[in-house]
Amino acid sequence: MSVTTEPSAARDHAPVGKPNPLFKNLSAKLASIPMIITALVVFVGGTTWTVVYSFTNSKLLPRANFVGLDQYERLWSTRRWMVSIENLAIYGICSMILTLIIGFTLAALLDRKIRFENTFRTIFLYPFALSFIVTGLTWQWILNPDFGLQNVVRNWGWESFAFNPLNDPNTVIFGILIAGIWQGSGLIMCIMLAGLRGIDEDIWKAARVDGIGTVKTYLRIILPMMRPVIITSLVLIASGIIKLYDLVVAQTNGGPGIASEVPAKYVINYMFRAQNLGQGFAASTMMLVSVIIILIPWAYLEFGGRKRG
Amino acid sequence: MYLKRIMAALAVSAALPMAASHATDLEVTHWWTSGGEAAAVSELAKAFDASGDKWVDGAIAGGGGTARPVIISRILGGDPMGATQLNHGRQAEELIEAGLLTDLTEIAEKEGWKDIVNPPSLLESCTLDGRIYCAPINIHSWQWIWLSNAAYEQAGVPVPTNWEEFVAAAPNLKEAGIVPLAMGKQGWQQNGAFGVMVVAIAGVDAWKKVNVEKDAETARGPEYAKVFEAAVKAREFAADSNVQDWNQATNMVITGKAGGQIMGDWAQGEFQVAGKVAGKDYTCLPGLGNNQILDTAGDAFYFPKVDNAETTEAQMRLASLLISKEVQVAFNLKKGSLPIRGDVDLSAANDCMQKGLKILADGGIMPSGDQNLTPDTTTQIEDLMAEFWSGDMSAADAQSRYAEIIESAE
Repeated sequence: MSVTTEPSAARDHAPVGKPNPLFKNLSAKLASIPMIITALVVFVGGTTWTVVYSFTNSKLLPRANFVGLDQYERLWSTRRWMVSIENLAIYGICSMILTLIIGFTLAALLDRKIRFENTFRTIFLYPFALSFIVTGLTWQWILNPDFGLQNVVRNWGWESFAFNPLNDPNTVIFGILIAGIWQGSGLIMCIMLAGLRGIDEDIWKAARVDGIGTVKTYLRIILPMMRPVIITSLVLIASGIIKLYDLVVAQTNGGPGIASEVPAKYVINYMFRAQNLGQGFAASTMMLVSVIIILIPWAYLEFGGRKRG
Repeated sequence: MYLKRIMAALAVSAALPMAASHATDLEVTHWWTSGGEAAAVSELAKAFDASGDKWVDGAIAGGGGTARPVIISRILGGDPMGATQLNHGRQAEELIEAGLLTDLTEIAEKEGWKDIVNPPSLLESCTLDGRIYCAPINIHSWQWIWLSNAAYEQAGVPVPTNWEEFVAAAPNLKEAGIVPLAMGKQGWQQNGAFGVMVVAIAGVDAWKKVNVEKDAETARGPEYAKVFEAAVKAREFAADSNVQDWNQATNMVITGKAGGQIMGDWAQGEFQVAGKVAGKDYTCLPGLGNNQILDTAGDAFYFPKVDNAETTEAQMRLASLLISKEVQVAFNLKKGSLPIRGDVDLSAANDCMQKGLKILADGGIMPSGDQNLTPDTTTQIEDLMAEFWSGDMSAADAQSRYAEIIESAE
C-alpha cells in the first residue's frame, strides 16, 4: 500500500473531525526521526559547540576559559591563513567556472549522438571513482618535472619545454586546480548529460524549424531550461571546494613553503599538530561564516523571490 | 593421524606463551620507520619479548607531526595503546593534567632513576608536580652537520671543519655539480636546521634568551640578524635539493650528491644502515664545528592509563626494561643516539657517537626547543620557516616575523 492512500483510509476509521496534521504520513515521519536527530545533534549541536569554544583559549583539550575575540585576531593576522583564503578563492572561482564549462561542453558533445558514447562517458567519469588522495598523487607524478609531462615532452625533442607548476609558489594552486577539474568534471558531465536527455525532442524540432543554429539552441534555449540541473551541479562543486583538503595533502602538502595551504588544512593542523583547539575552532567558524555569506543571498533569491512572484 | 598431530602441535604452541609467568600483549606506538630507526626499535621488541611479554608493534609512518595527532586522539578517544613514544617536553603536558597517563613515580623511585639518568634535565622533562610520567629512552641532539667526504674529494676541497669553511667551500661544490646543502622541504627540518645555526652563530646565550625567556628583543637583535643572513645563504645552497623527507636528504649525502646536511644525530642510523664508516666515508661536526654543545631532546615512552591491572604491570616492566643497561646499549648503538645513563659501556660506538658522549660528559648541554616551546609556537615557527626556505623572503622580514611569534609565545 502506498503512503498517499493512508489519510483516506485513516479517515474511514476516525470517528470525528479532521486527522491531526502531525500524524499525517506517520510512517515517513517516523522513518526520518533518526536523521533529524543526527542532524540536530551532530550538525547543529556540534557546530554550536565549536563556535562557542572558538572564543576560549583551549589548547589540547577543550576548556571553557573565554578570551573574547583573541583567537580571531590572531587568525586574521596570520599570514598562512591569508594565503589559505586566497588559494581557496582562486581555486573556488576557477574550479566553479571551468568545471561547469567543461562539464557542459563534454555533455553537449556526447549528446550529438556520437559513436562509442558509452566508452567516452566511462572514460570521462572514471576519475571521479578515484579518491582525492590517488588523484593528488597521480598528478604529483604527472607534474613532476623529472618524471612527468615536462620530461616526456623534452624527450620528444622540445628541449626548452618547461611545465613545472607544483614547484613554483605562484603557480602551485593551478597545479592543484588541474587535478581537481580532472577529477570533478566527469560527474558534472554526467549530470548535465542526464539533463540534456530530459529535454523534449520537440524543442529541438521547433528550433530547427525556426532555423536556429545548434550552438545558439544550446546556449539560448537548452541551457535556461536546465536550471535545476545546473543548480545541482553548482551545489556539488561548491561543497567540493569548501572541503578541499586531501587533494592538497596528497599533491603538495601545502608546499612549496605555505604556498598551497587551504583553510581546511589550517584547521586540522592547528587543532591536532599545534594542539591549539581554540585557533582551529576559530578557523573552522570562519569557514562556516564564509559558506553562510554565500548561501544566504542565494537562498533569498531562490526561495524568497519565488514567494513574492 | 596427521591431522591429530598437527592439532596437538597447534595446541602446544598456543599454550606455550600462556605458560610464561606473565605474558601480556602490549601495543607500542612510535614513529620510528626509517631503516636505522626500525633496526633500533626491533632491539626493544626483542628484549621485551625475551622477558616473556609480547611487543605488538604499532609503527605510524610519516614522522612525529603525523603520528602525534593519531596517538593523542587515541588516548583521548578512550582507545589507549599500551605505551607510546613521544618527545618529552611540553607535548604531553595537558594529557598528564587530564590524568590520562600512568604515574611511574613508584618504579622510578624503586630503581633510583634520579641517580641513573644523566643529564638530569631528561627526567625533569618527564616530571610534573613531582611525579614522573615517562621513561626517557635516548638523547637526541640536533646540533650536527653531516658531511660527505666523497663529495668534497670530488670538488677538490678539504672537508670543512666549521660553518665558515663550509660556506667558503660551497661554490666549489656547485661547480662540481654537487648540491652544497641537502635539505628536506618540511617545516620541522628547516626549523631544526635554523635552530642549529642559531646556536652555532649567535651562541647558546642568545638562543636561551629567545627560547627559554621568550625575549623578543634578542630575537630582533643583531645576533639573530647574523643568523637570518646565514640562513639566506644556506637557502641558496639548498636551492637544488628537491627532496621532502629527512632520510632522502641524508641519502643525498650518503651517495655524495650533496655536500652536507644539518640534521639531528638520528641521521647517523642511516649512514650505519648504508654501511658507511664515520671519519672515513662521512664526517660529523657537532655544533657545526663552531661550538661543542648539544641539546638534550630525545624520545621518551609514555604509558596511557588503562583499567586492566595486568596491562599496568606490563607497562611497569617495559618502563624498567627501557632504562636497563643492556637495552640502552643495544638500542642506542643501532639508533645512533646517546644513552640516557652515563654508566654504560659504549666502546662499540663509532667516531661520531664518541664525540657526542664526550661533549655530554664535559657537560656541554643545553635544553631543547621541545622542552621550552609549546607545539603551538613550534607550529607557527615551522610555518614561517617553510615559507622562508621555499621563497625569497628577505632576512629582515623573516626576523621581524620570527620576533613577533616569540613575543606572543607562552
